[in-house]
Amino acid sequence: MTEHHIKLSEESLQKETTTLNLGPTHPATHGVFQNIMEIDGERVLDTVPTIGYIHRAFEKIAERRPYYQITTLTDRLNYCSSPINNMGWHTTIEKLLGIKIPKRVDYLRVIIMELSRISDHLVCNSVVAVDTGALTGFTYVFQFRELIYEIFEEVCGSRLTTNIGRVGGFERNFTVAAFTKLKKFMDTFPKTMKEFENLMNRNRIFMDRCIGAGPISAERALNYGFTGPNLRATGVDYDVRVAQPYSSYEDFDFKIPVGTVGDVYDRYMVRNDEIWQSYSIIKQALEKIEKIEREFPEQKEIFYAPEADHFHLPPKEDVYTKMEALIYQFKIIMGEIDAPAGEVYHSVEGGNGELGFYLVSDGGRTPYRLHFRRPCFIYYQAFPEMVRNGFFSDAIITLSSLNVIAGELDA
Amino acid sequence: MVLTNEIIKEKLNEKFPGVLVEWGEPYGLLTFRAPAELNMKVMQFLYDDETLCFRFLTDLTGVHFPDRKGEELSVVYHLHNLKDNIRLRMKIYVPVERPDVFTATQLFSAANWMERETYDFFGFNFVGHPNLIRILNVDEMDYFPMRKEYPMEDPTRVDKDDEMFGRGGTIV
Repeated sequence: MTEHHIKLSEESLQKETTTLNLGPTHPATHGVFQNIMEIDGERVLDTVPTIGYIHRAFEKIAERRPYYQITTLTDRLNYCSSPINNMGWHTTIEKLLGIKIPKRVDYLRVIIMELSRISDHLVCNSVVAVDTGALTGFTYVFQFRELIYEIFEEVCGSRLTTNIGRVGGFERNFTVAAFTKLKKFMDTFPKTMKEFENLMNRNRIFMDRCIGAGPISAERALNYGFTGPNLRATGVDYDVRVAQPYSSYEDFDFKIPVGTVGDVYDRYMVRNDEIWQSYSIIKQALEKIEKIEREFPEQKEIFYAPEADHFHLPPKEDVYTKMEALIYQFKIIMGEIDAPAGEVYHSVEGGNGELGFYLVSDGGRTPYRLHFRRPCFIYYQAFPEMVRNGFFSDAIITLSSLNVIAGELDA
Repeated sequence: MVLTNEIIKEKLNEKFPGVLVEWGEPYGLLTFRAPAELNMKVMQFLYDDETLCFRFLTDLTGVHFPDRKGEELSVVYHLHNLKDNIRLRMKIYVPVERPDVFTATQLFSAANWMERETYDFFGFNFVGHPNLIRILNVDEMDYFPMRKEYPMEDPTRVDKDDEMFGRGGTIV
């Protein structure tokens, strides 16, 4: 055994401050985080975060897996919005292979990604509210996360760790039921979201708790590598969807909400506005799909790029009747498809920021090296600086408003 | 003026004549290799220069190439110029016996944990890092698990082999 983690100073008996161990499991941290805090009354003097409690060595595992089996690893990064991670991984391989995706498939992907962004932000925002003492809003919006999960279930068969989509598109076309469920969500969501906003946004108690808690300046945030809503809350309008559009995001008209001082309230409001922007993107995507289907009715059946057939499992009826399809099915399942050699960095706008995939391929069936740029891991290191000299209770809501997801933190 | 890969390359070559090599643009991302001892000099220049302005560290990670003698370990930096919205990738190589790399923490606070992670998995010695200890693995670990000599599977198993994954090896 080497020396122990928790070092008590020699004068620990004489000192007037308190050492507090928060976590690893604590109801207020929403995940496996440990913080050893030095507090003076209610003031946080310093905190030392310990991470790695759920480290699962995804990067190492990925070096032994065929490309299609890595999607399930990405599920477990930010599990509040796993479809975005899945799509990010698929688009990375598509970039490596140079596959062009049909517009309808891109729009379907956009719908799925924006739905998961909504559910991610709903969880984060309602949990911020819970941590400030308002449980009601949480129960209002959680039924809509449920509706979103039902849509995922209809499209891919699972809810939380979705493994949604395949390289080139989706595993099957969206069913009529999927569109019906989507329509139900679109019709009912704004009313409840509005109710949630009325409950929280200008609530005096909520505002007093959040304004000024855990602030960070734009300069520090950039230096710390912040991305996503947490960076935008400081006033920097960097969004991967706009800066490096993927999946035809350039076709959509949406705004990037920004804050000013980067405190808990700004982060909350940025996420709140992003939910509305995502809602509008889904609406536009549905219109675009409708337009495509009206003009080219044969496109209704398109749910993956034909160029991707080396990576996309053929339909089962073809597998049983056609030689080619049977060969592909076998080769894909056995992981016998070689990817071209190359190195590619691709990023998508995840729920928490820029989710990057750095992939080095040596031409084999598995990546030579795969690195996930996890936004949580990078911005969580700013946590001590953000809570220093603040109240202890502010540290708790700062943690929840940063939306640190243990799965993404530890990979 | 729009900043392009050509301008960046020209400016870098002007400042560091002849030392930056292996230029490439895989998938449009400007990539080059810098001498290991110059990594911070180059990054500082990229950061300070008024036109280049690469002031955002997107990613920092390591790669292990056991077959390249004398330059087995590589650190890959992804830098981003948010103003002109352009990225670049810088690589440095160090021998596995002496994996000394100057730290980027003076320039980017974000590099702190990224370097700790890279140290944790590959064993780089980031010279000047304020707190170079393991971050995701247990403190007691005495090896660097992302190096290629540590295979994923239990080494005593004979039914699985790298040959199944397209990179040689023998089936016993």
